[in-house]
Amino acid sequence: MKQYKHSVSLDVEKCKGCTNCLKRCPTEAIRIRNGHAVIDASRCIDCGECIRICPYKAKKAVCDKLSGTWRRAWNIALPAPSLYGQFDNLDDVDYVLQGLLDLGFDEVREVACSAELVSDYTRRFLKRSDLPRPVISSACPVITRLISLRYPMLRDNVLPLLPPVEIAASEARKKALAEHPELTSEDIAVVFISPCPAKVSYVKNRSESRATEIDAVLSISELYFELLGVMKKERTPTPVSRSGMVGIGWASTGGESAAIFSDRYLAADGIENVNRVLEEIDNGSIPDLEFVELNACPGGCVGGTMTVANPYIAQARLQSIRRYLPVSQNFADGEDVPSDCLDSEPISYAPAGVLGSDRESAIRMMREIEQLSKSLPALDCGSCGAPSCRAFASDVALGFSHPSECIVAMRKQLRELLDSEEEGSL
Amino acid sequence: MGEPLTFHFDVDGDNFTSAGEASLSMKKNLRQLGISPEIIRRVSIAMYEGEINMVIHAGGGTADVTVHSDRIEILLADRGPGIENIDLAMREGFSTAPENIRNLGFGAGMGLPNMKKNTDSLVVDTALGVGTTIRMTVLI
Repeated sequence: MKQYKHSVSLDVEKCKGCTNCLKRCPTEAIRIRNGHAVIDASRCIDCGECIRICPYKAKKAVCDKLSGTWRRAWNIALPAPSLYGQFDNLDDVDYVLQGLLDLGFDEVREVACSAELVSDYTRRFLKRSDLPRPVISSACPVITRLISLRYPMLRDNVLPLLPPVEIAASEARKKALAEHPELTSEDIAVVFISPCPAKVSYVKNRSESRATEIDAVLSISELYFELLGVMKKERTPTPVSRSGMVGIGWASTGGESAAIFSDRYLAADGIENVNRVLEEIDNGSIPDLEFVELNACPGGCVGGTMTVANPYIAQARLQSIRRYLPVSQNFADGEDVPSDCLDSEPISYAPAGVLGSDRESAIRMMREIEQLSKSLPALDCGSCGAPSCRAFASDVALGFSHPSECIVAMRKQLRELLDSEEEGSL
Repeated sequence: MGEPLTFHFDVDGDNFTSAGEASLSMKKNLRQLGISPEIIRRVSIAMYEGEINMVIHAGGGTADVTVHSDRIEILLADRGPGIENIDLAMREGFSTAPENIRNLGFGAGMGLPNMKKNTDSLVVDTALGVGTTIRMTVLI
C-alpha cells in the first residue's frame, strides 16, 4: 500500500519527549522513542492536535514559503475564506485580495466562490436518493482520512465532490489559459493560502497521481504579516471579490450546512466530537438527517493551526464582513453536477495497527495483548512512550517495545527486591 | 485451531451515556484483528442494540464476546425483569420502553429485530423476574 504523506514535522532539538502530544493524539499515532516524539504515518490524520498542544513549539506544519521555488510566469493565489477573518476592522474583502496582488500574485481566485458552487452541487446531490443518508461533507481532508482509517462502512456516505479549493484551482488555471494564450499550463503556479496543514498533505498525496491542480500551499500565518505590510487603507482596492454570505460562511462550522437550505443537518467540530458523531452514524443511532458537516478544527477552518487569530474572534469578524453581502454570487449552470467536479479517487479502507498476517496469529497476538494489559498498572501515564497501557501492550506484542519500559512495574519490582534484601540482612 | 479469544464487559445500568462502550471497544478489537468491515458492522450493531436494551430494561448486565477463527459469539446476560412475550418483542416496532427513554430517541422497537437481522443465529433464554440471556453468533 502507498504510504500516506504528512505535513507535521518535529524539531528534535526542541522536543523534550514529554507526554503532551502523546496523550492528545486522537488516533494514538505518536510514541516517544529515544527521548522524542515519533509519528506513525499509517495512523496520523493531520488533525494538528499535536501542533496545538506542544508547549515547546517542537511540532510544526510544513508548507511552501512565500520566497519558495514554486513561482512561475503566472502566479495565481487562492485565498481560503478563513483568511478574511484574520484582520481587525476589515470591512471589505477587496483589501485582502488587493494585498495579495501587491505581494506579487498576478491573479486572485477566491476559494469562497468555488465553495458557493460546491454548495449548489451539494443541493443537487441531496435531491437525489442514490446517496446513502446522511450525506457527509468531503471538504475537510482530516475527516475523509479518518473515515478511511476507521469507518469503512461510511465511505459511500461521503459526498463524491472535490473540495472547493480543488475546483477553484482547476477553474483558475482554465481561465488563465483562456485569457492568456501565450501561457502553457507549466507557466502557471496555482497557490493555495491555507489555514491548515491537512490541505498540504492533501496536495502532497494527490500530486503523485496528478489528481490535483494545486502547485503550492502557503500558510495564512506566514502571509499575515506580509499582507499587513501592504494592506493600506488610503488606497481604494480594485474591486475583485465575488463571494457572497454562503462562500465566506464556509470558513466556520455551520456555514457549509446553512447553505443546503434545509434544517435536517448536523454540524460538528473538534476532532474528538467529530469522532463521536461518526461513531453514532456508524451505529445507525442518529436521527433522520440529510447532511453532516464535520470539521477537525475547533470552530471550523478558522481554527486551523496555520491561522493567526483566535478562531472565535475570526468568526465574529467574518459575521460582520458577511452582513451586507448577497446570499450567494456563484451558481452552477444546468441541472447536473459536472464530472470534473467529482472526485475520481475513491476513499480506500486503510485500517491501522492490524495484527498478524492471518486470523489465527492475529487472535494469538491479541490474547497476548489482553494478558499483558491486565498485568499493567492501568495508569496510562505515558512514561513507557505509549499513550495508554493498552497501546503499550500492543507495542510489546508487535515487538516495538519491551515490558521493562513500564516504569511503574519496574519500581514495584525494585521495591520487592529491596524488601527481600532487607529481610535477608536482618 | 488455537484457543479462542475472550472479552468481558460490564454494562453499567445506572449510566445511560456509557451504553455502547462495549460495542465500541469490540469494534476497535475486530479492526485490529483484520476482520472485514461488513462483519464488524454486524457485530457492533448487534452488540450496541443489546447494550441499549440491557440499560433501558434490565439495569445493566454483562457482555462476553468470544472470537474463534471462524465465528464471533456474543453472550449478553442480565438480571432484569425478563421478556414477557418473546414473539412480540421480536416484532419490528414493538416496544415496552418508557416515555422518557423514547424521548431520547430510543425505544423504537428495533432492538431485537436488528440483533436478529445482523447475526447468523440468535437464541433468547428468558425468565420473568429472573433475567434474560441472549446468545448471538456471527460467522466470519
